[in-house]
Amino acid sequence: MDIDKRKFLKVIGITSALWVGSRFTGGLSSVFGIGDTLDKKALADAGFEISKTLPDPKALIGKQWAVAIDLRQFKTPDDYKKCINVCDKIHNIPDIHTKQDVKWIWEEPYDNAFPEQHNNYMEGQLKDKSVILMCNQCEFPPCVRVCPTGATFKRHDGIVMMDYHRCIGCRYCMAGCPYGSRSFNFRDPRPFIKKIDPDYPTRTKGVVEKCDFCAERLDKGLMPACVEASKGAMVFGDIKDPNSDVRRILSNNFSIRRKPELGTQPNVFYII
Amino acid sequence: MYNSGKIITGLIIFVGLVTLPFWYSIGKANIKPDPSLNTPVINQMKVKHCIESKQFMIDNHMELLNEWRNAVVRDNKTIYVSTTGQYFTMSLEDTCFHCHSNEKQFCNQCHSYVNIQPYCWECHVKPAEEIANGH
Ligand code: SF4
Ligand code: SF4
Repeated sequence: MDIDKRKFLKVIGITSALWVGSRFTGGLSSVFGIGDTLDKKALADAGFEISKTLPDPKALIGKQWAVAIDLRQFKTPDDYKKCINVCDKIHNIPDIHTKQDVKWIWEEPYDNAFPEQHNNYMEGQLKDKSVILMCNQCEFPPCVRVCPTGATFKRHDGIVMMDYHRCIGCRYCMAGCPYGSRSFNFRDPRPFIKKIDPDYPTRTKGVVEKCDFCAERLDKGLMPACVEASKGAMVFGDIKDPNSDVRRILSNNFSIRRKPELGTQPNVFYII
Repeated sequence: MYNSGKIITGLIIFVGLVTLPFWYSIGKANIKPDPSLNTPVINQMKVKHCIESKQFMIDNHMELLNEWRNAVVRDNKTIYVSTTGQYFTMSLEDTCFHCHSNEKQFCNQCHSYVNIQPYCWECHVKPAEEIANGH
């Protein structure tokens, strides 16, 4: 095509004017609700106002939930099991005896949990100790930064939460999490769940899952299940509230966190 | 016209193939979906009323459920206030399936008719499975 500079500029001018125009009407139409997913007319006909949704008045409210795990109180295998089993049970977590296992809360030898703390001449009691691990509900969670779909996000109360409906299974979050807190569903988990609890959904093949501090229980006013089962060995509360139980126990005891040098500000504290 | 015989036979075969679904269903009764409300909980209700009007639920249940999901998962909101001012927990398991415990006779009726396969059940536990679990 034969086109000189003048024609070219004209075409560019007109197309950008059209583009700006369409953006503007686009802006207007969103004000008027054209193209919204909700059928607002039908909603209005039915006398329905949008967002008539409320939080439960019993819900626990905090700025950043945290837990302090008092490892001194974990003595027998049963002390660990009771915390882990209750979570597995109420959250329909499958038990797969391969590398494809799914875990929200689990135990790991002290050396594996805190590799940088290891020394050959450590106190015997601590050396052989198991540590309860779970998602750290990081204040600055790398998993949230890398999730391309917004499936992993931070709630107002600091919980790093997942919307499984949105997870596309790319596993960026698993690469991003420095603590191995996330598990992928390589297969349909249902055959591996001993007894499905009908009150809680299972997950499906191809999504990632992890501990969410029992968000569904906090929203009803209940403590996380592991904390409740631990009978005081785990202390839960709002880390931003100077009067919370968790702050009290942390100010009176020496505590450590996993990989604090990474700057994620983990919210699971260990009293050793 | 060159090759008219081949072209016309070809056309007839083509039109025949394209309209095959119509020929296929000729004479078959068009069974309308008939979602059943025959569940123990619904049978016990004096006034049979869903959380919103029947027509609203038929037209908008999928959008309502989307709103519920976002409110519960993202905004810690768990309670829905209906047009009539009643409160409901926004939960498939705790609210919807309480009454609609007959997935095959209720949900699937329309979904099969319009050939939609919702994947709710891949994660949310079907009421039928609840029964199998002794609940
Ligand atoms: S696997 Fe899911 S949650 Fe993880 S980053 Fe990808 S979409 Fe987000
Ligand atoms: S521990 Fe891992 S999964 Fe949990 S918030 Fe931190 S980065 Fe995300």
